[in-house]
Amino acid sequence: MTDATRERLGRYALLGPAALFVAGVALLPVLFTLWLSLRRQLPIFGVSRFVGFENYRFLLEDGRFWSASAHTGYFVLFSVTLELALGLGIALLLRQRFPGRGVACALVLLPWAVPSVVAARFWEWIFNSDYGVLNYLLGTSVNWLGDPRWALPAAILADVWKTTPFVALLLLAGLQVIPEELYRAARIDGANSLQAFRRITLPLLMPVILLVLLFRTMDAARIFDLIFVLTGGGPANRTETLVVYAYKLLYRTLQFGYGSAVAVTTFLFILALSLAYLRIFRRAWRMREDR
Amino acid sequence: MDWKQLLRWLAGGLLLGLFVSFALGPFIWQLITALKPAGQLAQLPPLLPAPPTAQHFVAVLGAPGFLRVAANSVFVAVTTMLLAFILGVPAAYALAKLQVGGRQVILAALLCFSMFPAIANVAPLYLLFIHLGIRDSVFAVVITHSVFALPFTVWTLTNFFQEIPNDLYRAARIDGCSHGGILRHVVLPLAMPGLVSVGLLVFIFSWNEFLYSFTLTATERSRTLPVAIALFAGLHEIPWGEIAAAAILATIPTVVLVFLFQRRIISGLTAGAVKG
Repeated sequence: MTDATRERLGRYALLGPAALFVAGVALLPVLFTLWLSLRRQLPIFGVSRFVGFENYRFLLEDGRFWSASAHTGYFVLFSVTLELALGLGIALLLRQRFPGRGVACALVLLPWAVPSVVAARFWEWIFNSDYGVLNYLLGTSVNWLGDPRWALPAAILADVWKTTPFVALLLLAGLQVIPEELYRAARIDGANSLQAFRRITLPLLMPVILLVLLFRTMDAARIFDLIFVLTGGGPANRTETLVVYAYKLLYRTLQFGYGSAVAVTTFLFILALSLAYLRIFRRAWRMREDR
Repeated sequence: MDWKQLLRWLAGGLLLGLFVSFALGPFIWQLITALKPAGQLAQLPPLLPAPPTAQHFVAVLGAPGFLRVAANSVFVAVTTMLLAFILGVPAAYALAKLQVGGRQVILAALLCFSMFPAIANVAPLYLLFIHLGIRDSVFAVVITHSVFALPFTVWTLTNFFQEIPNDLYRAARIDGCSHGGILRHVVLPLAMPGLVSVGLLVFIFSWNEFLYSFTLTATERSRTLPVAIALFAGLHEIPWGEIAAAAILATIPTVVLVFLFQRRIISGLTAGAVKG
C-alpha cells in the first residue's frame, strides 16, 4: 500500500462513520418524506398508492394550509424583529464594564436554557384568564390564549422571552471583537455616541446581525413545541403554524401522504428563505470589502 | 464624575434591571405557584404563598413514573452527547487538519442540517421505528437526537480544532504519530475547553428536545421530561401546582449548568458564528 492510499483510507475512516450516520438517519428519511408526499398513505384504511403531485395540487386549494403559512410568516416577522431589537439593546448594555456583569449575563441567559415545553407551561399559567398574574397586574380580564386576537401575540411574547437571550449573547460576542481604539479615535475626532454607533458599531456588527437573523428566522419558521403546548394551535386554529399543522395531519389524522407534502413544503420555504439570506450576506460582505 | 455620565449609568442600570426582571419574572412566578397550598392557587391576591408548602414537589417526586422519566432524560442526554463525540470528533479532526476534498461544501451542508426542520424527517423515522419494533424505546430517541447534535458538533469542533497550530500537528505527524495518537495527545487536550462547550450545548439541546421525543415515545418506559410535562394532566382538574413543581424540577439541571459554565456555553454558541 502506498502512502497516498494510506492517507486516503485514513481520511475515509475518520469521516465515514459520521457521514454514514447523517446520511442514514437525516438525509434518507427526508428523501423518503418526499416519496411519501407523492402518495396517498392512510394506514388505518389500508390505503397506499402513488398519486403524483395530487397532494401538492390539493395544498393550493387548502385554506388551512394558507392560513398556517400566514400565521408562520406573522410569527417569524414579529418575533425575530422584537428579539433582534431587544437583543441589540441588551448587548449594548452588557458591553459596559460594571460590577456584577458576569451575574447579569448568566441571569439574562437563563430563559434560553429552559426547555420550550417548560417555557410554554410558565406562560400558560401567566396568561391564564381566571388566575393569571398578567390579568391581575394589568387589572384586566382578557382571555389571552382563548381570544383569537391575542393568542398569536401572546405566543410571540413567550418566544421573545425564551430566545432574546440567545440573540443578545451572540451580538455581545460580536461587539466584543470591535477594537476599542476605533471608539477612542472617533471621540477624539468629536463624534458623539450616536454617530459612533451608526458609523462604527452598526457596520462592523452587520455580519453577526445577519447571521443571527439567519439562525433566528430558520428557527422561528419551524416553531412547534412552544405553540403546541401553549395553545395547541387554537383558538379556532388561529395560532396554527405550518409545523403544527403538519404534525396534526401526520399524527392526529394519520394522513402520511398529505402531511408529508405539508412538511416538504415547509422545508422548501425554510430553504428558500435561507438561500435568500445567504445572497444578502454575500452582498453585504462584498460591500464591506469594497470599502 | 459629571452629572451626564451619572444619568447615563442610572438609565442603563434601570433598563438592564427591567430586562433582568422580565427574564426572571416567569421563573419566580412559577416557583411561587409551586410553593402555594392547593387552596390558594385559584386566588389572587395573595401574591405570595401563606404559608409556603412543599406538597406539590412531594406529590411530583412521589408520583409513579416521574423518577423513571427523569432517569430517561438523563440517559438520553448523556448518551446523545457521547454518540455525538464518538462520531463527531474524528470527522471534525479530519475536516480541520487533513486535506479533505469539498471541505467547504461539507461544512455548508452541516450548517444546513443543523437548521433543518425536524418535521421533514420525523414521519419516515416514526414508520421505520415501528417497523423495527423500537418505537417507545430510549434508543429511538437517542438516535434522532444524535442526528441533530452531530452536524452541530462537527461544525463547532472543526472551528475549535482549526485554532490548534498546524506546526504542532505536523511535528507529531513527522514523529510518526498516528491520527489516533495525535487526537489523543495533541488535539483533544488542547481543545478541551471547546469540547466542554460542545458537550454542554448538546446536553442542553437533548434535554430540551420535544418533537422527536414526543412522537417516538408512547409510555413512561421511554418518555423524557419535556414530554411528560407537556402531557401533564390531572384526573379531575388541571393540577397547576404540580405542573409548576415539575416544570421547576425539569429546569434545575440546565439552570445549574448555565450558572456554572456560562462562559463555556457562550463560547460554544459563538464559535464560528462570530469569527467565521
